[in-house]
Amino acid sequence: MNSVPAINPAQAAGQRLRERIFRGSTLAAALLVLLLLGGVAVSLAVGSWPAFAHFKFAFLTREIWNPVTDEYGALAPVFGTLVTSFLALLLAIPVSLGIAIFLTELAPAWLKRPVGTAIELLAAVPSIIFGIWGLFVLAPILQRHVQPWLIDVLGPVPFIGKLFQGPPFGIGVLTASFVLAIMVIPFISAVMRDVFETVPDVLKESGYGLGATTWEVIWQVVVPYSRTGMIGGIMLGLGRALGETMAVTFVIGNAHRINSSLLAPGTTISASIANEFTEAVGDMYTSSLIALGALLFLITFTVIAAARLMLMRLDRRALSSV
Amino acid sequence: MSRRALRTFYNLLALSLSGLATAIGLFFLAAILWTLIKNGIGGMSLRVFTEMTPPPGSAGGLLNAIYGSVVMTLIGILIGGPVGMLAGTYLAEYGRTSRLATVIRFVNDVLLSAPSIIIGLFVYELLVIRMGHFSAIAGAVALAIIAIPVTVRTTEDMLYLVPQGLKDASTAMGAYPWRTITSVIYPAARSGIVTGLLLAIARISGETAPLLFTALNNQFWSSNLGAPMANLPVVIFQFALSPYPNWQQLAWSGALLITLSILVLSVAARVVVSSLAQGGKR
Repeated sequence: MNSVPAINPAQAAGQRLRERIFRGSTLAAALLVLLLLGGVAVSLAVGSWPAFAHFKFAFLTREIWNPVTDEYGALAPVFGTLVTSFLALLLAIPVSLGIAIFLTELAPAWLKRPVGTAIELLAAVPSIIFGIWGLFVLAPILQRHVQPWLIDVLGPVPFIGKLFQGPPFGIGVLTASFVLAIMVIPFISAVMRDVFETVPDVLKESGYGLGATTWEVIWQVVVPYSRTGMIGGIMLGLGRALGETMAVTFVIGNAHRINSSLLAPGTTISASIANEFTEAVGDMYTSSLIALGALLFLITFTVIAAARLMLMRLDRRALSSV
Repeated sequence: MSRRALRTFYNLLALSLSGLATAIGLFFLAAILWTLIKNGIGGMSLRVFTEMTPPPGSAGGLLNAIYGSVVMTLIGILIGGPVGMLAGTYLAEYGRTSRLATVIRFVNDVLLSAPSIIIGLFVYELLVIRMGHFSAIAGAVALAIIAIPVTVRTTEDMLYLVPQGLKDASTAMGAYPWRTITSVIYPAARSGIVTGLLLAIARISGETAPLLFTALNNQFWSSNLGAPMANLPVVIFQFALSPYPNWQQLAWSGALLITLSILVLSVAARVVVSSLAQGGKR
């Protein structure tokens, strides 16, 4: 005869206790994630306080960066960070869009997987590798073949010409932007591809049913439908570009100057920190570098948060590749 | 040209350009790999794995750097992996759609894309200043902080793949959630979680920026976690920018080594994921 064994009160209590412990430890780990972001913010605020207190608002508006006289201003690195990231996006967006279109609408099924994976692998390559490749392979090519052409052809043009003055150094703002563009292409195209895949087939079929060409369906149905997600993806790429360190450090030339020419060496926030932090002597120097880090944190946090909010409505599973 | 011909022409043009864009993307991957193989393979010898980083001008290898990278990556994943798994478990099984879980999910996504050099600064303030010197353990903690958001994300995603019926069956037997999670859900999601850990390892093993001012570098063999430790990324950084040919050669060999390991890890992880996804559909 079968009988249901009576519940042992002691055992049940033990189970409840274990449940509490397990649930508590998962909650603690989850809260640690919050704490990490908070900790980063607080430590940057504390570390940068001496610099902000000393230089006040001028820290943001001055170009000077002089360890000898102990005077620091963030304008040049902030400028360099924004310019390189902007240029990188300019180069990366069309290519990423093309890749996303190719992968979702054009590629035959057997080609989708390998090509998609290869593009994703580009994102897995460590940034220091992009750095040495940029310095030893890309920069010489740009110096010999691309930059002289830019100087000769675009240099004399009014307005735009200002961007292409001076000798072809190879390294500099333009080269850094180029490397950054290659680095963010896989991120932007992965998001765009995932977003395009969420477009209901019925919508596309309606377009084809009206006699639209593939391109017309993409441009007038798929792209408008995915606009928010596409912008989210672009901003995610922007977040990457803004904070990218090693690749830029190799190729930007590390000059704390603002130059109207894109061919001139410059610096970015992250490159300045990477180059100078371990050599920084003096509290004000260190604190100024941490203040740069705090600015970078503020800028990237805003951009990434906006991107994530835009992407939040999409199925998270669809975006697992980023 | 007739309107129809024009539309066809635009269609063809746009589609060819998108094909070209894909070719550009693939070209850069190939170009980078080709450069690494061309410059790195020549310096690949047993020496790289058996000798210490040399002074300029003399022969040597990368043993201490390889050892340091492996040690710090392992400690990083040993700290970051469990924390990330537990947090991911909270999001997928306990918090779900609660407001707290939504906020944590959002913050985790932000951390996932946060610049790694910022994490380096954080750990510098947190550990290096307090200890008074650079150390391997600080480097490992920085890597752990980078591994956590990756693991949280993959664990959560993988736990969602476990069929609801399996969880319900366990709950119907009277099991508490912890029992269901540890005895039913974890085993069912095991290969997915392992994949997440592999991806996290791939992510942190190439990180340079957060190690620059935490673990620093060390020209000599050191297994002391409280002291600066050599590691591949920082050695590559230092050697590649040096004027010495033997250092540059080692930098290329190190770069080839680290990239190949990361690509192999990434491909392996993807193979597991795709076989999982197919199993789930069936």
